[in-house]
Amino acid sequence: MDFPEGLKYTEDHEWVLVENDIATIGITDFAQDQLGDVVFVELPEVGDTVEVGKTFGVVESVKAVSDVYAPVSGEVVEVNEELPDEPEALNNSPYEAGWMAKIKLTDTAALDGLMDVVAYQEFVAKD
Amino acid sequence: MKVTPLNQIHRQLGARMVDFGGWDMPVQYSGVIAEHLAVRSAAGLFDVSHMGEIEVSGPHAFDFLQYAMTNDVSNLETGQVQYTALCYETGGVVDDLTLYRFAADRFLLCVNASNSDKDFAWLQDLHKKTEYSDLSLINRSEEYAQLALQGPVAAKILAKLTTTDLPAITFYHFVEGTVAGVDTIISRTGYTGEDGFELYCPAEDGAKLWQELMVAGQPLGLEPIGLGARDTLRLEKAYALYGHEITADIMPLEARLAWITKLKKGDFVGRDAMIMAKEAGLARKQVALTLMTSGVPRDGYPVFCEGREVGYVTSGTMSPSLKKGIALALVETAVANSDQLLEIGIRKRRIPAERTALPFVK
Repeated sequence: MDFPEGLKYTEDHEWVLVENDIATIGITDFAQDQLGDVVFVELPEVGDTVEVGKTFGVVESVKAVSDVYAPVSGEVVEVNEELPDEPEALNNSPYEAGWMAKIKLTDTAALDGLMDVVAYQEFVAKD
Repeated sequence: MKVTPLNQIHRQLGARMVDFGGWDMPVQYSGVIAEHLAVRSAAGLFDVSHMGEIEVSGPHAFDFLQYAMTNDVSNLETGQVQYTALCYETGGVVDDLTLYRFAADRFLLCVNASNSDKDFAWLQDLHKKTEYSDLSLINRSEEYAQLALQGPVAAKILAKLTTTDLPAITFYHFVEGTVAGVDTIISRTGYTGEDGFELYCPAEDGAKLWQELMVAGQPLGLEPIGLGARDTLRLEKAYALYGHEITADIMPLEARLAWITKLKKGDFVGRDAMIMAKEAGLARKQVALTLMTSGVPRDGYPVFCEGREVGYVTSGTMSPSLKKGIALALVETAVANSDQLLEIGIRKRRIPAERTALPFVK
């Protein structure tokens, strides 16, 4: 299982890469492994406002529907347009080709509540 | 939780285990889609030991079953298997099952795992209400392991391990033989729409039979298959699943199962209610739908016609073969018989769905 350093993680198994005031978000390797084959992805639209803890997308595997909760608040400035046509990228490359959206942060304080890689690995081990 | 004789093997294979109606069962090994495609292109091995087996025998076994079952048991010869159902007096379904005839007076019912105890109790109650004193009902569920070997190369794999003349076993027939030295009921049946076999053996031999089949089959592409792919495989062929297409509240006639509901064979449990419902006009009818844009229909999702809710999805999935959302739905009969556009409600959206000739995958 892959746990890249330099990312922030949530208890809902999302990852966040912060560069200046832009947060790129996706689901973790652990999350995709739990889901199994991803067959459908629903993303927000550019310009949508997302709020931390609220649903911002949906990922469906063959067996189940999972909401994806926004790990940060802000405005959606870019989404991975290729993902709905290639949802398997979430399985094959959760941290790169499987990125979901980029969000312009309105409040960087929420980032303080996120886990670093060590804390997230411990969290997964206990899960 | 209940376990099958193969539980340890599933864990060694790294299967993801789930609670399936009280049974600790593998939902997937390598992944649902890969497993699904392996069965369509080569072969898959399923542990279906959780299924129940009930033996009915005695001089009145035939009369009893003819009264209990919707299908016509008089069409079932020794060595043959019949798909059939047990219904309530209301016409709703107790369970669907396969019925094996071993002799004029000896039958075996293969029933759904989660219904096994209910079915046995139902048959015992029915026995008390009938005059057939000379009848034996035995729940043999724990005595059998059951493996399903399914796929275009299934027969080739099985032939390596048995001297039984497999080509002589035609679809929905069975023989008693040995496979890898294990006493086995070899039944040419399945739940995938592919050629294949369901193999019943003593519970204590289940692990050996699995291992021998895997060794013989691996060079031909045999893969272990979990319940996830079992569901997508059966849905592509539009096979009913109890609790979805058929329930205590859905009659077989509403679920495209008129072919196992022989209203003219004489009296059977549920027949009067079915005839009344048929004469009054069935309110609901099953339709098969394919989504016209991306999305995954799932059981319980509403079906709309011209903005009005007209029914619901009984089973839905993303078809791994077609890469499209497919669904069976129960809708108002008038709507089912029309060619009006239907839509499936998925969260906040309504996705148009095309009516589809069955099976979804030919």
